[in-house]
Amino acid sequence: MGEMDAAIAEFLIESDENLGQVERDLVDMEEAPEQDTLSSIFRAIHTIKGTCAFLGYSKLESLAHTGETLLSLVRDGDLTLSPAITSALLTMVDAIRQMLECIEQGGTDGEEEYQELKVRLTALQTGEITVDQSGTSADHNASNDSPASQETTAHDSEVAESEPVGIVAVESDPAMDEAIGEFLIESDDNLSQVERDLVELEGTPDDNTLSSIFRAIHTIKGTCAFLGYSKLESLAHTGETLLSLIRDGELDLTPPRTSALLTMVDAIRQMLASIETNKHDGSDDYVQLKAQLTALLKEDGGLASLPVPSTSESSAVNPSPPQSQTVDPLPVQSEPSISSGVSAQTSPESVSTVAKNETKSPIQDSKGPSAADSSIRVDVSLLDKLMNMVGELVLTRNQILQCSGTQEDAGLLASSQRLSLITSELQEGIMKTRMQQIGNVWSKFPRVVRDLSLSCGKEIRLEMEGKETELDKTLIEAIKDPLTHLVRNSVDHGVEPPDIREQHGKPREGVLLLRAYHEGGQVNIEITDDGGGINAQRVAEIAVKRGVVTQEQISRMQERELLTLIFLPGFSTAAKVTNVSGRGVGMDVVRTNIEKIGGTIDISTKLGEGTTFKLKVPLTLAIIPALIVTSGGERFAIPQVSLLELVRLEGSAIKKSIEDIHGAPICRLRGNLLPLVHLNKVVQLPPSTLLADDESEVINIVVLQADGARFGLVVDEINDTEEIVVKPLSKQLKGIPVLAGATIMGDGRVALILDVMGLAKRVGLAIEGGEHTHADHLGVNSESSGSRKSLLLIQVGDSGQVAIPLGMVARLEEIPLSTLETAGEQEVIQYRQEILPVIRLSSVLTTYGQSQSSEQETLQLVVISQGHRQVGLAVDRIVDIVEEEVKAQTKSNQPGILCSAIVQERVTDLLDVEEVVGRCQLVPVENSIQEAVGV
Amino acid sequence: MSEPKQYCTFYLDDLFFGIDVLMVQEVIKLQDMTNVPLASKVVQGLINLRGQIVTAIDLRRRLELSERPADQEPMNIVIQTDDGAVSLLVDEIGDVLEVTEATLEPPPRTVKGTARELITGVHKLDGCLLLILDTEKAMTVTHNLVAVEA
Repeated sequence: MGEMDAAIAEFLIESDENLGQVERDLVDMEEAPEQDTLSSIFRAIHTIKGTCAFLGYSKLESLAHTGETLLSLVRDGDLTLSPAITSALLTMVDAIRQMLECIEQGGTDGEEEYQELKVRLTALQTGEITVDQSGTSADHNASNDSPASQETTAHDSEVAESEPVGIVAVESDPAMDEAIGEFLIESDDNLSQVERDLVELEGTPDDNTLSSIFRAIHTIKGTCAFLGYSKLESLAHTGETLLSLIRDGELDLTPPRTSALLTMVDAIRQMLASIETNKHDGSDDYVQLKAQLTALLKEDGGLASLPVPSTSESSAVNPSPPQSQTVDPLPVQSEPSISSGVSAQTSPESVSTVAKNETKSPIQDSKGPSAADSSIRVDVSLLDKLMNMVGELVLTRNQILQCSGTQEDAGLLASSQRLSLITSELQEGIMKTRMQQIGNVWSKFPRVVRDLSLSCGKEIRLEMEGKETELDKTLIEAIKDPLTHLVRNSVDHGVEPPDIREQHGKPREGVLLLRAYHEGGQVNIEITDDGGGINAQRVAEIAVKRGVVTQEQISRMQERELLTLIFLPGFSTAAKVTNVSGRGVGMDVVRTNIEKIGGTIDISTKLGEGTTFKLKVPLTLAIIPALIVTSGGERFAIPQVSLLELVRLEGSAIKKSIEDIHGAPICRLRGNLLPLVHLNKVVQLPPSTLLADDESEVINIVVLQADGARFGLVVDEINDTEEIVVKPLSKQLKGIPVLAGATIMGDGRVALILDVMGLAKRVGLAIEGGEHTHADHLGVNSESSGSRKSLLLIQVGDSGQVAIPLGMVARLEEIPLSTLETAGEQEVIQYRQEILPVIRLSSVLTTYGQSQSSEQETLQLVVISQGHRQVGLAVDRIVDIVEEEVKAQTKSNQPGILCSAIVQERVTDLLDVEEVVGRCQLVPVENSIQEAVGV
Repeated sequence: MSEPKQYCTFYLDDLFFGIDVLMVQEVIKLQDMTNVPLASKVVQGLINLRGQIVTAIDLRRRLELSERPADQEPMNIVIQTDDGAVSLLVDEIGDVLEVTEATLEPPPRTVKGTARELITGVHKLDGCLLLILDTEKAMTVTHNLVAVEA
């Protein structure tokens, strides 16, 4: 049964893919009816039906058949695709999914007959557009459950379909090409099976095997009919007729019949090869073979009348050794049979065939591997294993590089360089095998959105951008549910009903935009709706009412923080809350799931204009960027995702900013209180020599964000950032809360990876609603003007003070002037393996004049991140980071300046970052370059 | 007569132990070790075994024997489990011995405490007793997490 199991498993995978496609197509069809799409739906359902018949799932087959019949009518133009039909078909897809699940779990297609659904589908065939919900199950004709008669029904319908409707014109269509490719692979498998079965049957006749042969040939025939390969279809049909008689016991499977069928298999292979090379099933009609097959329909087996040449024709076609084995023992026609190769008796026709074949074969050989050979299904666990091994290879490589660095041996150096390169490439390759397009997850959303918006009476258009963005398969799996949830949420609560939208002067149709893109080694996924937005004040009211937070806490929160309240568990359950706040069902689960894979989720919303959920997830879980720190003599890795900033306090600043509240150290950071946690205390390691609350000189604080809580982790030393390979801890160490895993460092020693969330929980910082620290300066889209904003203050020229919203700043860097290069006319530096354009602010904001300090050897760089691109702004001095209520704004018409405001009692210009960055993009930035070169 | 079985033997504080030789992946010298904070004292640390991170368990502590003298360097017996490799730290490695069930007896009732749980049987050999260790149990570790003040 092993082979059967494999066949079933493959069927399940394939059908799942097919059904996904069908769903997408059905929803597409509603928008833009297209013959191609319809054909593709038909084909998918037909394939499922055929395979079910083959595997003996009669209920599933019967259902698929009913759907297929309906589809064929639509395809042929006898019916138009009404919403009722689409809905019925989608229900059918669901039903098939359910049955597939039954098969996966129990091996059978379940008890459910889906009579109602079948009645509904049948009713739609006659053009009665009734959405039948009643259970009148008796009066339909398609629920024929006996596989044999089902087969004939299917058969008939296919014969009718076998006049292809304008299919040839479709051939160059990529979807069609894909279908053909699939057909070729599938048929190749099927034919091999048929061959094996036929040979087996000679030894031990068995009805099941016969049926399986019959089905395989039937499937090929059906698909050919669909794809418009009439010659191939006709041949398969002839063979099928013979097989059906044998199966029904009317004929015996005599050796001549076996040989004839094997010959047919060869001929089909031949045609398939021809289809693959020139998209055409060849010019040979195989009339003789067909005649032979037909002759064999007679009871006497046509032993005497067996046309000799056709057998030898086949021998030339495909002289495969196993077949010669099986055909050999046949006494009557053995002489000219396959084993003899091209015999002297070959007729002129067959000679020509041979000649044709011979001239053809070299071309085929040079064509490279066939479609069936070039793709392979691989077990994910094998890929996991490979990934692990590559991880180890990377570590070993790092160690070798470290060793070879100290050696003088040029040969060793050269080969370790090579090793390094190859390892990197290998790693990349292996990573690629695990990458999947996010479109795989998204593909089900059109259906979700359609169904849901129909049921809530909304009109929503789903748009997708960046479908081809790839990420690791395990991550794809992990974000599936959270994404679905967010999409449902946006449809359900985000977008308003059409009437209300009209009242607000918006188009009736809402737009839900899914957008994915890579940024800084992470994948960003945005779910944006143009709905009503979230009212932060309402969220706050409800949070207080539900006792999640106190009124006093609310008053200290910024709008952004208020919004994050919807992620609190208390918010998730009550439907009432959902209705009022517009969000919330299971949002805590969404966040937990995203954070579990090292991702983050952010909301930005504008009342009346819409809401965006932004997910950031790592590309892969296996290798992550991390900050390496030392505490208590041990090294620890902190995943970079939870890292906010690093603070270093020296000398007197320590006393000034660190205070004590009842034994709990607190740090004042830009006017806000940051609870401090000493890492060595948490992990119970001995304090280092650089004890923080002693008279030590330096204190290093790693500001972390976890689960809504923000805190400063005091460590002895901050070493470096590094890409680390995450290894799970063995089961002996599971359950230690602050550890997320382990990794091997370049020197070969093991370092532990900290679980920031676990750490926060352990010290009682995890959010119970109470530990919101004040400043949340992540505000990329600070929505409320006039509220407090985090600003980076910089000095341009000798006196000008300019502010940049901190949310737009990716990093601050100090670079030596010598690293400046030019690309074209643009000043650039090499920055993290990328070319970072550098814009000198003093040349944009010319009114401030040039700085005097031209003898400086380093350049202060503010790295701005905007969408996909990063730009470095060269400034003269970085002054401070402040959080300010921006007052007294006056609009500025100076280029590059948005407005002026008073910040810390100084008039400060707010930089129009977009405009400045835009300069670099559009204008060839001549002026900035010329001046830059002059420095 | 049952099949003879082979045991990898080792010493712990004058006691002579054996574990099924088929479970042993390899025996290595003491490796560079990384402490695991908060873990039970039984966990000596993590070692890097050719890119694989292996948890090392001090069998003396696990069996609640006296601490190993500081000057004595333990050996790693790396055990292959379904959940990856685990290393057992022992004092000294003995020979691989082949014994039959004829010499096997259940552990005497007077053996108490953790040892009783971890010893599945005793082989009476010439001049010494071979204690058979339940490796599965020996590799189970519970952590007593004490609450910390921040």
